[in-house]
Amino acid sequence: MCDSCGCNVTPGNQHLAYKPVQAGTSAVTVLKKLLAHNDDQAGHNRSHFDTRGILTINLMSSPGSGKTALLEATIDALKDEFRIAVIEGDLETENDAARIRARGVPAYQITTGSACHLDAHMVHDALHHLDLSQVDILFVENVGNLVCPASFDLGQHRNVTLLSVTEGDDKPAKYPVMFRAADVVVLSKIDLLAVLDDFVPARAEQCLRQLASTVPLLQLSARKGQGMAAWYDWLRSELVAQRARVLAGQTVKPYIQTDGLKLHGHAEVS
Amino acid sequence: MHELAVCQALVTQVTEIAQQNFAQSVAVITLHIGALSGVEPALLVSAFPLAAAGTVAAEAQLIIESQPVRVHCQTCGADTEATPNRLLCGECGDYHTQLISGDEMLLANLELITN
Ligand SMILES: Nc1nc2c(ncn2[C@@H]2O[C@H](COP(=O)(O)OP(=O)(O)OP(=O)(O)O)[C@@H](O)[C@H]2O)c(=O)[nH]1
Ligand SMILES: [Zn+2]
Ligand SMILES: [Zn+2]
Ligand SMILES: [Zn+2]
Ligand SMILES: [Zn+2]
Repeated sequence: MCDSCGCNVTPGNQHLAYKPVQAGTSAVTVLKKLLAHNDDQAGHNRSHFDTRGILTINLMSSPGSGKTALLEATIDALKDEFRIAVIEGDLETENDAARIRARGVPAYQITTGSACHLDAHMVHDALHHLDLSQVDILFVENVGNLVCPASFDLGQHRNVTLLSVTEGDDKPAKYPVMFRAADVVVLSKIDLLAVLDDFVPARAEQCLRQLASTVPLLQLSARKGQGMAAWYDWLRSELVAQRARVLAGQTVKPYIQTDGLKLHGHAEVS
Repeated sequence: MHELAVCQALVTQVTEIAQQNFAQSVAVITLHIGALSGVEPALLVSAFPLAAAGTVAAEAQLIIESQPVRVHCQTCGADTEATPNRLLCGECGDYHTQLISGDEMLLANLELITN
């Protein structure tokens, strides 16, 4: 698959950033992102998606917030409209990929063993197991974990972070790194709000806004089919935007990553 | 706990730079880490010896310079300090802000032993 584009291509100018070496001890100024290798691979993955006009979406949440259930409902509703494929990340089982395949859509399972997040190399390996020429929207269901996944760029265009109403409405304040990374936040399992007396959606939204996030907060129940239309509309508009970018020879990273690159005085030294 | 994965990436980078500079070993590694980077400095420090064992960085001292969380306000234009879960403008309280510091995860510099 990668014969045309060349895997593991890294910028050829890295050595220019380093000072010449004297005998003895020398100080070298680097100012390089610690995850630069991962980010290079992520950029390569992104070009696989862009050359084929694919929109890639990374789903993140705590374990059991309803990522797979959201995908199942989405596939049922949209599989005649778009060609969908899924990469599943899980510590141990193939269960989630089996659930997706049962809906008639290709799915590849990455079993990470002990790793608590996906990285760009794992996703790249998974791409070789899918026929990307037959895909409009590729979902990556990340490992259920509110801590690590947000730190690793996979090459996706958009991040979706789920918060289920059984988890507590202050989660964005407790996990700011994860919720800041979201391009849309999904408040899931809202059918359960009726039996929970302590989850206030407005309080969850306030915690999110205090992270300086202006992204949409979609309230839905994948199980009971509530609030799904806004989610499908978001997906449709993102696919339209991705196709326009591809025609214009452009790409996009999740909002937070581009933002950081632009604003940090030293981030342009990569 | 992804600090081990981050340390492994760090050691890979440090090893490449040491080789490019014909260094025998690495004396000091300085990182810039912000509170919104997603890595815990204390966990990095405890994971580092595991990742560095048997490499040119095995004896290196790891220095972590934490970076303050600061935001730029799009409403009033002020640059102010913030906390990780309250990224509001310190002047006017607005939430239309952009982070200007605090999510760094950078290898800042190295001291190499080259003789
Ligand atoms: N009441 C209700 N239950 C839901 C809803 N969505 C998911 N669930 C239930 O929540 C549980 C976990 O859902 P999953 O979709 O497997 O969650 P997940 O995020 O994929 O879980 P991991 O992959 O293990 O992280 C299951 O028992 C689902 O049936 C919903 O909208 N309403
Ligand atoms: Zn490739
Ligand atoms: Zn799942
Ligand atoms: Zn992790
Ligand atoms: Zn202000």
